[in-house]
Amino acid sequence: MSALRILVPVKRVIDYAVKPRVNKAQTGVETAGVKHSMNPFDELSVEESVRIRTEERAPGGVEDICAISAGPAKSVEVLRTAMAMGADRAIHVETADGDEGALEPLAVAKVLRAVVDKERSNLVILGKQSIDDDAAQTGQMLAGLLGWPQATQASRVEFKNDGIEVTKEVDGGVETVRAKLPMIITTDLRLNEPRYASLPNIMKAKRKPLVKLSLSDLGVANERRLKVVKVTEPPARQGGGKVEDVDGMISKLKELGAL
Amino acid sequence: MFAAARQTALRGAVSIPRSTPVFSGPFSRSAFQRLLSSLAILEQREGKLNHGSLSAITAARSIGGSIHGFVAGSNVKPVAEEAAKVEGVEKIIAVDNVAYEKGLPENFAPLVVENIKKGGYTHIIAGHTAFGKNLMPRIAALLDSQQISDITAIESENTFVRPIYAGNAIATVESSDSVKIITIRGTAFPAAEAQGGSAAVEDGVDPKSEASAEWISEDLAKSDRPDLATAGKVVSGGRGLKSKEDFDNVMQPFADSIGAAIGASRAAVDSGYADNSLQVGQTGKVVAPQLYMAVGISGAIQHLAGMKDSKVIAAINKDPDAPIFQVADVGLVGDLFEKVPELTEKLKSS
Repeated sequence: MSALRILVPVKRVIDYAVKPRVNKAQTGVETAGVKHSMNPFDELSVEESVRIRTEERAPGGVEDICAISAGPAKSVEVLRTAMAMGADRAIHVETADGDEGALEPLAVAKVLRAVVDKERSNLVILGKQSIDDDAAQTGQMLAGLLGWPQATQASRVEFKNDGIEVTKEVDGGVETVRAKLPMIITTDLRLNEPRYASLPNIMKAKRKPLVKLSLSDLGVANERRLKVVKVTEPPARQGGGKVEDVDGMISKLKELGAL
Repeated sequence: MFAAARQTALRGAVSIPRSTPVFSGPFSRSAFQRLLSSLAILEQREGKLNHGSLSAITAARSIGGSIHGFVAGSNVKPVAEEAAKVEGVEKIIAVDNVAYEKGLPENFAPLVVENIKKGGYTHIIAGHTAFGKNLMPRIAALLDSQQISDITAIESENTFVRPIYAGNAIATVESSDSVKIITIRGTAFPAAEAQGGSAAVEDGVDPKSEASAEWISEDLAKSDRPDLATAGKVVSGGRGLKSKEDFDNVMQPFADSIGAAIGASRAAVDSGYADNSLQVGQTGKVVAPQLYMAVGISGAIQHLAGMKDSKVIAAINKDPDAPIFQVADVGLVGDLFEKVPELTEKLKSS
């Protein structure tokens, strides 16, 4: 097996613990002044890449771990985090701030295809979904564009018999598939527990190389296929209050027709 | 409001004949509508139709136009014939080839693409299940189409409603792609019944593409209980259950007493109390049963994302300030190790 050149796409999203608020104009979610961080599934991708190297799992070794993010200027923060966790370098594909710059999964997949060609990547590890758009598409689209095999929702990645065996979370249990490089893997929460970047590593990450590219450098247009007509709050649910005891619960559930 | 829109769309789907325009937008003119045609991707396993995947046909009905179903695998004839009984389906396209049995997207995606090209479909619909999530974006990329994921309602042939930010916002999006690749949230579209119809079953095109990945094995949790995603009642346990033994000892008799499926919060799954496949939430399953009973679950937003469309939510938690009580129709503050066994006994004897 040839040495791994891993590409790890990461996305800056509203922090998972923040409850998003729809803006007044109903065009999207309020992002100004809201805490952002790396998409949780992407932390798993970075962690897995670093572990493949430190645990010397790949027979051919790991030659390079490159993090990439396509997004506004502040995406650099998540790239620095990825490098503090152990990525060697980073690429920032800068897009405009706000809604105009937002890329759809198909456009991101096209960006990644161009970067894979440029960087001669042979393994791309992505999160299974971003927790803002919840689309769960980019990894599969990239695999389709490249014609590479894909293993989605990975909970275990093993190097075996000249290939990579990936255990995937599926409905009702797990499934294991095998493929040879080059391939695409998307991560599920069970894959690992991401590390916290230590202060010395955060300092070191500031000196790691970060290259800026534009969409046009990669020959990709931000062509949006979906127009957001409106974004609204979900219908609010009112708690129905509390009951005193088990009998109260049973009679209330019967009253509601649930039992 | 969006729930109302959904109901209207579904009511239209069930009661209005296909040839009647369902929508009042510019695309409702019947001349245009005749051009619409949907392909519903059906799931099967070892010669058995996954009935949940018939939700795709329900969604196709509310789009209007002609509806074909697609199924592939080894010995799929019986599956195709069963699906052909769904009312409103014109044709089931079946590809009988063992190479597609495990649904590997590497050869399944080109297979579907060839059949889409041959049939000239405008809408390709599958469930937002592990199978659909794995397959559909690959198809979308091959067709250069931006997929619309996990939709909960159809407003018109090009406008769809989908939750974003773990269900904390609802987006309405309009697609400009000529072929719309869609995955649907099963709980928002009831599965069509396999009765009343008599579609033709036809062999599909088989490009026989090589699969660059190989299926090795699977390990599926076996259970006699109803399937979590489609169960009418779900009892779900969280961190408050303390251990796997306690989880099993408390939750299993409870589930049995009301014939419910068992679910779990991420905390319970991460702590090893319950299997991963039972996780309810943004990163697990989305359920919308008649009754959702949360036991020892605080109600984090990621968990609520997976269950807040349940008809009735009940919660048992010892913390009176747990966020779950803000959404629960019935709340009981107390120690679950006392309350749940008491509830189980009383429900059994009632």
